[in-house]
Amino acid sequence: MEAVRARNTCPTCGSHYREEEMVANLRVCAHCGHHFPVTARERIVQLADEGSWAELARELRSVNPLEFVDTRPYPERLLSAERATGLHDAILVGQAQIGEMPIALAVMDFTFLGGSMGSVVGEKFYRAAELAVDRRMPLVSVAASGGARMQEGVLALMQMAKTVAAVDELREAAVPYVSVLAHPTTGGVAASFAALGDVIIAEPGALLSFSGPRVVKQTTREDVPDDFGLAESNHRHGHVDLIVPRVELRDTVARVVALLSGGSPYRRTPLLPDLGAQRAVGRMLTGARRAIRNLKADDADR
Amino acid sequence: MPTADRFRFLRRRGADGDSWHAVELARHQDRPYTLDYLNRLCDDFVELHGDRAEGDDPAIVAGIGSFRGQSVAFVGHQKGRDLKERTYRNFGMPRPEGYRKAMRVFELAGRLGFPVVTLIDTPGAYPGVGAEQRGQSGAIARSQLMLMSLPVPVIACVIGEGSSGGALAIGVADRVLMQQHSIYTVISPEGCAAILWKDAGEAKRAAAALRPTADACLELEVVDAIVSEPSGGAHRDHARAAEMLGDAISAELDFLGALPAVERRHLRRQKFHRIGAFTE
Repeated sequence: MEAVRARNTCPTCGSHYREEEMVANLRVCAHCGHHFPVTARERIVQLADEGSWAELARELRSVNPLEFVDTRPYPERLLSAERATGLHDAILVGQAQIGEMPIALAVMDFTFLGGSMGSVVGEKFYRAAELAVDRRMPLVSVAASGGARMQEGVLALMQMAKTVAAVDELREAAVPYVSVLAHPTTGGVAASFAALGDVIIAEPGALLSFSGPRVVKQTTREDVPDDFGLAESNHRHGHVDLIVPRVELRDTVARVVALLSGGSPYRRTPLLPDLGAQRAVGRMLTGARRAIRNLKADDADR
Repeated sequence: MPTADRFRFLRRRGADGDSWHAVELARHQDRPYTLDYLNRLCDDFVELHGDRAEGDDPAIVAGIGSFRGQSVAFVGHQKGRDLKERTYRNFGMPRPEGYRKAMRVFELAGRLGFPVVTLIDTPGAYPGVGAEQRGQSGAIARSQLMLMSLPVPVIACVIGEGSSGGALAIGVADRVLMQQHSIYTVISPEGCAAILWKDAGEAKRAAAALRPTADACLELEVVDAIVSEPSGGAHRDHARAAEMLGDAISAELDFLGALPAVERRHLRRQKFHRIGAFTE
């Protein structure tokens, strides 16, 4: 109960929410617009048309090729992550529909070992890309990862190249790819498939960088700006196309998918039909916009 | 199909000290660097400078050389030997400009039909505020993607330290080689120790756990072949080390040159597609 309470308390403004409110608000703080992390399962519910999700390659599991032991053996870490999350690894892939358009969908989960990319994440991403090529439908990915999984050593590093090879398949087949970057997307995931979307969409306030601010500070002793690596800073420097509040994410992805597919434009369907929920979304949207405005104002001051 | 059993044979052999010894040799201050090799391998070499957008990154050397009778595009990380040059070369840690310069030369090679040879020797991409703002992640990703799709033969060889995405950025190739005393790893042992043990002083234990040696990388099917070095290591005899590296590159070029471009790209993708260990 305490854990839920802590998880549902806004770190920016201190507002508390009940779990049902969090789900209804897409885990965005209705007061200040802070975007809380979203698990892969919940993200799929938020993005995909109801009942359209069909998971692929769900039985893939990591092994321990290096017999890696740090302060705990790697298999033990995997087991506790499985128990805590109910997932087999840090990504879910499958087929879905968004606004009635079929897509291949790959969604990472930061709660599974920090969303780290090992052999399973690389393989599942590749299969999602293959599905997209085979069925000639766009690929949409949602990244949330601390980077490569150190416990798989150089094999984890190579998953960067593996996912890049998957993107090369998409490009050769002229299949569009939309990359959504959630908080945080850093290290090996930031520097591989996540950076290669034909359109790159970021969530407000997400940390998107190759090296994290702590490493930069320690290694270079440089002054690290307050907005270092944030989505807003990346947008200003030209590395992401759009920053989209979560409440608009589904519609925005659907619009982009429709446009990249070259067919008729996406016709907005009501996101949440009941009036109470719509009012909540309206408040949330105002909050998110206010947060972005504040960030921009901070930038201007600097 | 990769399975759990596939790496059963990969057992800890010898003491943990082996890995650390490899790390020390790979970082040896007298070890030949990219330009040491290029000076010996090429009858002529013109270094190209600048990414045509932002600046020139001395941590990456790129250019066209004449290697055993044919033009080859060479790209490699460059470290410095004395303090002044080390600082100038930024300890071999590239910024996005370096990767963009590399991409410029990859594109040129693809267009004119020259093979690409890359030499890997870096502690990692530079973790600086400016480097991030100028797009370090995107540069590393796009450099890999460009190598993945090139129509010409690509050979990569780790000649010293191959650490993290900063190394892999120029490590996508048809054939990936490692010199006998080089290392290839997802993160430096110090970085790994700082994160997993919360103590950079545990680098030796991290090195043992990461298994970055050429033998381990060959067993994990991350590299295709190991290039021998003179007895004791490449730093003992630069000329002989260059000759051995040149022979290895030459043999790979002959082999790759015989394949049609479309098939090479397909096989290159398949090569990276196969890497990994999991059960299903």
